[in-house]
Amino acid sequence: MSNSIIQVQNVSKSYWRDSFEVPVLNDISLEVQEGEFLGLMGPSGSGKTTLLNLIAGIDRPSKGVLLVGGTDVAKLSESALAKWRSRHVGFVFQFYNLLPVLTAFENVELPLLLTSLSKAERKKHVELVLNVVGLGDRMFHYPKQLSGGQEQRVAIARAIVTDPTILVADEPTGDLDRHSAEEVLTLLERLNTEFKKTIVMVTHDPHAAEKATRRLHLDKGELS
Amino acid sequence: MRIFKLIFKNALRHKLRTFLTILGMAIAVMAFGVLRTVVDMYYEGLEATAANRLITRQAVSYIFPLPYSYRDQIAKIPGVETVSFANWFGGTYIDKKNFFARMGVDAETIFDVYPECQIAPKEYEAFKNERNACVVGSEIAKQYGFKIGDIVHIDGDIYPGNWEFVVRGIYTPRDKSTDATQMFFHWAAIDERMKQEMPSRAGQVGWYIIKIKDPAQAAAISEQIDALFQNSSNATKTETERAFTQGFIAGFSSLLNAMNFVAYIIIGIIMLILGNTMIMSARERTREYAVLKTLGFTGGHLFGLIFGESMFISGLGAAVGLLVTYPVVSGIDALMPKGFFPYFFITPFTVILAIIAALTVGVAASVFPVQRALRTKIVDGLRFIG
Repeated sequence: MSNSIIQVQNVSKSYWRDSFEVPVLNDISLEVQEGEFLGLMGPSGSGKTTLLNLIAGIDRPSKGVLLVGGTDVAKLSESALAKWRSRHVGFVFQFYNLLPVLTAFENVELPLLLTSLSKAERKKHVELVLNVVGLGDRMFHYPKQLSGGQEQRVAIARAIVTDPTILVADEPTGDLDRHSAEEVLTLLERLNTEFKKTIVMVTHDPHAAEKATRRLHLDKGELS
Repeated sequence: MRIFKLIFKNALRHKLRTFLTILGMAIAVMAFGVLRTVVDMYYEGLEATAANRLITRQAVSYIFPLPYSYRDQIAKIPGVETVSFANWFGGTYIDKKNFFARMGVDAETIFDVYPECQIAPKEYEAFKNERNACVVGSEIAKQYGFKIGDIVHIDGDIYPGNWEFVVRGIYTPRDKSTDATQMFFHWAAIDERMKQEMPSRAGQVGWYIIKIKDPAQAAAISEQIDALFQNSSNATKTETERAFTQGFIAGFSSLLNAMNFVAYIIIGIIMLILGNTMIMSARERTREYAVLKTLGFTGGHLFGLIFGESMFISGLGAAVGLLVTYPVVSGIDALMPKGFFPYFFITPFTVILAIIAALTVGVAASVFPVQRALRTKIVDGLRFIG
């Protein structure tokens, strides 16, 4: 399809544990359209996170081709891949992974330090996304001064501040209470519908997956 | 926010740990600085030596005297400008701990051969004209409150008896390396008393100080002097003042080497202290480094963060250590008898060495954490539970 932003073609991934090869993904193929919100579901150990990591360019496939925005991610060198990630991928983790010594503002500003934006421009971008996630009044709070839901929203702000091509989220509500999870899911939904962000979300929560426009199941390394 | 701010914030993440590491660094740098200063001060005596001065002493050891009669024979050697001499007097000023060099000298020539000891002409004249006069260095004058006209009582040991000298002059050092802790009085006064009380010890001097016209002739003149007395009962050994001082220092070489060794061991210890801190910090942040890599930060950025933090801590420790070293060295200088080390100060070389040591420690301490951060795959880092 012409507007596929992610193309996974016959991708396999296995890890080596001592001298044993452990297959995780087995000949996976899928396409994600631009502006799509894909929910990847499956039990623990099914390979969801591994597939997400491959799409995000933080791991490399053992076999197959993986194109994101037309780039064959597996062929990039480490430094080129780092640069590519900074421009094209926004990552939301299950445990937020904010730097505890930085304020919400500084955490969101981190990816912008890799750009050529001026301090004033960075400030404008950071304020904009923190307002989008509803934390305009918490900019100078440290992570420990925020609730789990607020921390995750800061993490989402950090993921979108560079306006990446795709947003990947690994169990973004896995560590949140029901109310906070709902807030985060609503925010992701809004980013998809209102800001046309392409989102790939891994979850084992059927309720969270309902927010996605398409759902795929992964089991024992195979899509169904 | 800049990367520097992140380095700063990371360094202060565990304030107590960072504070203790900086304190450890500071104490170690201070200990290094003090030890190096002690070693330096031994060698600093070499700086005070002049190329146009020779020292002639008894060939067996400088503790044996030479006949006064050698003076005129040495003076006749071509190239010799002035012949002076001195005797180590020893003795005690009030208490044994009040140590400073006390020497009987040739009043007529001593300030000619030692122009770096500067004395007012009027005071010098007064010294020369009075047999029991003495001249003291400005440092000991300051320490013991000696003023012109004061009588200094010395309890003799090498030259037994009670000795009284009137302060007629206070010399000041021309250079930083000039010893301003000596007391000079007339050799003639000692000799006169020896003639009366111990005739066998009369007519003897400790060593000759020979000022020569051309430093390039030092070796030739030394040979000529020693040749003159080769077959006498008091053969001589003549060498440049620098060689003489070096020979003197060589006696302490084992101690100085040990001190140097300990100074560098201290550097090794601070390397381990900082290295341990950096390894712990980097290990705790394994997941954060993985997150930074996910955001697009490269190995170079991580290197900068870890290396910068290591350098920040080592630099701050070195700065505090060096700042503390100055008052500590001044304190030691004030507490130590002046004559033990005529001058006691931190040399620029010691400061440079301490800075180089701190930089080396900073670099070395960051090697393993950087290596670990770079080698850890993002997916492994994200799974890390510290």
